[in-house]
Amino acid sequence: MGALILDPLAALGRGAFAACRTAGAVALFALEALSHLFRPPFHWRMFARAFVEIAWFSLPVVALTAVFTGMVLALQSYTGFARFNAQSAIASVVVISLTRELGPVLAALMVAGRIGASFAAEIGTMRVTDQIDALTTLSTNPMKYLVAPRLLAATIAMPLLVLVADILGVMGGWLIGIVKLNFVSAAYLKSTFDFLQTEDVVSGLVKAAVFGFIVALMGTWCGYNSRGGAQGVGGATTTAVVASSILILAFDYGLTEIFFGQ
Amino acid sequence: MKQDVPKIRLRGVRKAFGTKQVLDGIDLDVAARHSMVILGGSGSGKSVMLKCILGLIEPDEGVIEIDGEDVLRMPRREREALNDRIGMLFQNGALFDSLPVWENVCFKLLAQKRISRAAARDKAAEVLAQVGLAASVGDLYPSELSGGMQKRVALARAVAAQPDIILFDEPTTGLDPIMGAVIDGLIVDCVRRLGATAISITHDMASARRIGDDAAMIHKGRIVWTGPAANLGHTGNDLVDQFARGEREGPIQMELRR
Ligand SMILES: Nc1ncnc2c1ncn2[C@@H]1O[C@H](COP(=O)(O)OP(=O)(O)O)[C@@H](O)[C@H]1O
Ligand SMILES: [Mg+2]
Repeated sequence: MGALILDPLAALGRGAFAACRTAGAVALFALEALSHLFRPPFHWRMFARAFVEIAWFSLPVVALTAVFTGMVLALQSYTGFARFNAQSAIASVVVISLTRELGPVLAALMVAGRIGASFAAEIGTMRVTDQIDALTTLSTNPMKYLVAPRLLAATIAMPLLVLVADILGVMGGWLIGIVKLNFVSAAYLKSTFDFLQTEDVVSGLVKAAVFGFIVALMGTWCGYNSRGGAQGVGGATTTAVVASSILILAFDYGLTEIFFGQ
Repeated sequence: MKQDVPKIRLRGVRKAFGTKQVLDGIDLDVAARHSMVILGGSGSGKSVMLKCILGLIEPDEGVIEIDGEDVLRMPRREREALNDRIGMLFQNGALFDSLPVWENVCFKLLAQKRISRAAARDKAAEVLAQVGLAASVGDLYPSELSGGMQKRVALARAVAAQPDIILFDEPTTGLDPIMGAVIDGLIVDCVRRLGATAISITHDMASARRIGDDAAMIHKGRIVWTGPAANLGHTGNDLVDQFARGEREGPIQMELRR
């Protein structure tokens, strides 16, 4: 009878304990990787490769996401706001939702799927085929070579990507505005910029940098610690994507609270 | 004086993974410029032992000395400097598949900044020639090579930085007998040319006699026999003789369960 109550509690306790231990391990991993950024040598080639992979090759998917999001936002807010005769607010709603929230979050989720998965798969494969051990025997610190450049690249590339997403999203909204909702182009653009504040854009870009770091951290951590052949690498990839997606949403709340919470 | 100190010396090295005691007190001496062959069944902990020597796995107990210095208690920087002088050929090659062969071969030289990227291609061609590969192989990627060629490239990478200790983990496993003999020949050449001390793991008796000056047999986490490699097959030690002749009956019972 007592066991019926205590067993689930014990399981909960064990789960919480394991979660804390994992969080601690991830934090130590991140700190070690970051410390390598301040100690030469820095592997520019690995940085450049990761940067191109994130900023350039993620551009199509992020651009499409942004354009459609802008279009949908314009259409949705039109049908909603028409009830209050508040159509003139559409442009501001589109630009503020995009820069503060949807640009960074949706871009980060797309990048989590692409980059988080590819980091975890590549580093995980290197782990299970002894390539990471081989790095150590070849006078190269694997944290410095594999992890640090990727973390830096993702942290720098994400804000750039989100800036592009913001611009394309606004253009998507503008397109729907003038083609479907009969706005005058100049008027739409004017109301887009009239109510936009620097902090809307900057807060979004700071979020993007944090999300980029999270995606790269989870991808590299899961890959680095994968065990047990192809199946282990597959598991690491899944975990990387799921964990970074959840962390993105959780940190999004936290950061919004910091920036705009009263 | 210096001559009496073994190049590599292991004393009472123990390592367990969970409840499984993989290394249970390994004692091993490898004399300088000698080639030591390690024999032992699959899963007997041979690779774990090499990884302990390289510092990739931390033993639970014991002493590992290289040139008379205790490497387990060395500061990290000294340890790294020491590792710069050790070459390792991994069991499955462990070539970097995102890099072309020439960059794989010269990876350590580039990492240590002993060579420029421009010079690395020529250097790679030179080392590849030593393992019987054409310079044009340098521009291929590891996935484009056959198993035998991958082993050659891995060997080239292990010796390119001219280490004075080289560790080979099953260099000929998975190759046909002729290619195995060729790789053995290359290993002997490379070790002689560098004047290096070598430890090689193998299951193959012919290979063991070709590569080794000395041999040691690992069983149940301990070294149960050491002696000249030439004697393999008639050593008088039941364990070694059974292993050398590949007999099913004898003191070694293959553990199919952990
Ligand atoms: N990193 C590790 N974690 C857990 N167990 C390991 C690890 N490395 C090796 N082992 C176990 O140690 C034993 C010996 O492995 P190994 O040294 O690779 O054998 P072999 O003699 O065939 O090279 C195996 O049972 C293996 O499962
Ligand atoms: Mg092995």
